[in-house]
Amino acid sequence: MSETPLLEIKDVTVEFATRRGIVRAVEQINISLGKGETLGIVGESGSGKSVTSYAVMRILDRAGKIANGSVVFSGIDVKNAKEDAMRDLRGREMSMIFQNPRAALNPIRKVGRQIEDVLKQHVQADTRDLKEKAVEMLRQVKIARPEERYHAYPFELSGGMCQRIVIALALACQPRLLIADEPTTGLDVTTQKSVMDLVVELTRARGMSTILITHDLGLAAAYCDRVVVMEKGKIVETALSSSIFKSPQHAYTKRLMKATPKVGGTLRGLLPEDAELSPAASMPKISIDWSAKPLLEVRNLIKEYPRQGATKTLGELFGKPAPAESIFRAVDGISFSVAKGESVGLVGESGCGKSTTSMMVMRLLDKTGGDIVFGGEDIGVIPAAKFAVLPQRKRIQMVFQDPTDSLNPRFTAARAIADPIMRLGGLSKRDAVRARCEELAQLVGLPVDLLDRFPHQLSGGQKARVGIARAIALNPELVILDEPTAALDVSVQAVVLNLLQDLKDSLGMSYLFVSHDLNVVRLLCDRVIVMRTGKVVEEGTAEEVLGSPKADYTRELLAAIPHPPH
Amino acid sequence: MNSHSRISAVSAAPRAPKTQVAIKPAEAAGPAQTSGLKAILRQTRYVISENPITGFAFALFLLLAVAALFGPWIVPYDPLASNTAMALKPPSWQFWFGTDQLGRDIFSRVVIATRLDMTIAVTSVALVFALGGISGIAAGYFGGWIDIVVSRLADMIMAFPLFVLAMGIVAALGNTVTNIVIATAIINYPLYARIARTESNVRREAGFVMAARLSGNSEWRILFTQILPNVMPIMVVQMSLTMGYAVLNAAGLSFIGLGVRPPTPEWGIMVADGAGYIVSGEWWIALFPGLALMLAVFCFNLLGDGLRDIVDPQRRT
Repeated sequence: MSETPLLEIKDVTVEFATRRGIVRAVEQINISLGKGETLGIVGESGSGKSVTSYAVMRILDRAGKIANGSVVFSGIDVKNAKEDAMRDLRGREMSMIFQNPRAALNPIRKVGRQIEDVLKQHVQADTRDLKEKAVEMLRQVKIARPEERYHAYPFELSGGMCQRIVIALALACQPRLLIADEPTTGLDVTTQKSVMDLVVELTRARGMSTILITHDLGLAAAYCDRVVVMEKGKIVETALSSSIFKSPQHAYTKRLMKATPKVGGTLRGLLPEDAELSPAASMPKISIDWSAKPLLEVRNLIKEYPRQGATKTLGELFGKPAPAESIFRAVDGISFSVAKGESVGLVGESGCGKSTTSMMVMRLLDKTGGDIVFGGEDIGVIPAAKFAVLPQRKRIQMVFQDPTDSLNPRFTAARAIADPIMRLGGLSKRDAVRARCEELAQLVGLPVDLLDRFPHQLSGGQKARVGIARAIALNPELVILDEPTAALDVSVQAVVLNLLQDLKDSLGMSYLFVSHDLNVVRLLCDRVIVMRTGKVVEEGTAEEVLGSPKADYTRELLAAIPHPPH
Repeated sequence: MNSHSRISAVSAAPRAPKTQVAIKPAEAAGPAQTSGLKAILRQTRYVISENPITGFAFALFLLLAVAALFGPWIVPYDPLASNTAMALKPPSWQFWFGTDQLGRDIFSRVVIATRLDMTIAVTSVALVFALGGISGIAAGYFGGWIDIVVSRLADMIMAFPLFVLAMGIVAALGNTVTNIVIATAIINYPLYARIARTESNVRREAGFVMAARLSGNSEWRILFTQILPNVMPIMVVQMSLTMGYAVLNAAGLSFIGLGVRPPTPEWGIMVADGAGYIVSGEWWIALFPGLALMLAVFCFNLLGDGLRDIVDPQRRT
């Protein structure tokens, strides 16, 4: 070591006082960060990666404290520094970017003013040139028309732009350390790429050090000099990002890498060798009859919404049609079909209309135009409000994006699974319902003794299994999977994806898989439909579309996926 | 040294996310495997041991409950029997709280009054809980005209000075205990309707509601089986808080001569009776019923805080 590192974390243990005694979130970790270096901290949820960064900034919860070790930031002992000194340090010397940019911005203050606030707080500018400096910051984070956007409120900007503003706030006082905590989770791949490119460009230009906290090993390897892998509060491996992909040392890193979907991989390849498969894997597969009529046929489907803020014209009140510009077409005449036993991926970035489409097929939302033919019958004409109690309901089911949100916090797992069985399955005897719940739990690989637990007592993967069990409880013919693994860790995602594939093969269901993650779609889907602004851009088999894309947009999407250095 | 002041200093982050400590679900859920009742008892014990004031409130509540249920069997004298020879006696071993102008034992009257005051409070709160709660969750869940009717009704009631409104209702409907109950329920309606509306409104788009729709539940069924259990905890807390207010309101109406009529023992009337005697030095007539009233209100408010800790999972760190 020729020079002293900017940040030195030595033997740090962070403890939280909880009802069940003291919980060690981070144990005996050592990290040192040189000047101008970019360090990635990678780990799954609960690995203590965020807690580490909070300890550096000393913004831990009241219940948490640095129990052991030392944190030294450019000669200052962070652990024992006075609160006043820390306040001065935060923002000026080290700053942070959080996951949700909208939550990090004050919704009722102009973004330009918010940048000025930071500059004023740390006396970085005179009142005279405040505005000038704020506009300059906006220009640096590549916001188009910065003078105009200075007056914008956060809700007027897109998620990606909000994250740029947050970056501008973080960099306004020229700090020496930037901590980015999952800065691009929740952003689209193309936005993720531009935001990350921007962070790297700006921090390099200023010679800043960066800590990037992420669950995405690929992202960390693509943008960082060094990567620290954490598991359960401990550091298991520290390596140069150029070497970690080629020769991971620790078993956990290897497992993590294996579980990350990549080009040329298989579904089974995501699992560790000794993984236990669900009972569905060993059941006989149902072969697909490709010549049969399609199960679902969507023709020229349209969904229109009145544009936000559009006032009704006088003519409209008297029954004249609304002018075209006051109507927003979320789904603009799309057509596709799903064969029996087939899985079709519906991909696109946020706002492309893929969720609206799935909601209409699901009959939770009424269409504006077009046909939804399911099993030979046009179900699109039945109003969504009435569909819930019809027998057709049980033929189309859904697995939701957020397993936590989709389970009633006051119902046990068994009751969640039993709900469709009792309402539509025709079973009402307690024993019979219970038996069916246990059968389903076994099928999805959920230990039967967990059935009496409440959602908050289950892990993310277990909750996902409950959601899947509920969706397949009525033997549906079509299951819509709305980003079923987006809220899960990669290792859990690997298991859930395999489970979904096995269930499909053994039960003969069709899947409509809605996702933004092309690597996952590639593994699970037979055919892919790429959507953009409510229209189908490209359609074909997964190999065709993702292997040799024809549309520019598909190519753009594929290129934005972070690729580790080879 | 509180975390808020520290977080506000982070320039890039006006709002920091809550630090989450990952407890492995397996160990977190270990003892929670037991039945719901046991879990609630365990939680209650924990809250009481963490916060002795809640324990105190529970003890006070128990005292009130005993007085209300077994009052007639504990009191030493008949609360209605006047004995002019013993009129206006100060507190002594014979008459713990002294006697009033008709020689009635104030201790006996205070204890007996508990039942009436509690009955008024409990029934009015139960009534408003049912009406306000159900109309509120329906308003929040369905929106549309139900929402307009419920919200505007709540606004209308809120526009009046509430105690004056209660006076008006009792005066118009007639001077009975039933009407006090109705009046107390009406003036509390906006609170319940608004809380229930907000709580159900944030859940109408939740994933589990959509999942229930997919399971074949009708909208009303979703409202009662999915939304209501989630709104319940906060409503129960609200119940405890309004109980104190309801007691005060009932006593207040009686104090000004509406509602319960003498000689029925009731805290409000007793305070009103004693008010005239304070200047002449007979302070005990008004003091003890007033003290009982104060303790009851105090107890319910503390209990509300304690209940919030019990039902709020956020506090279960």
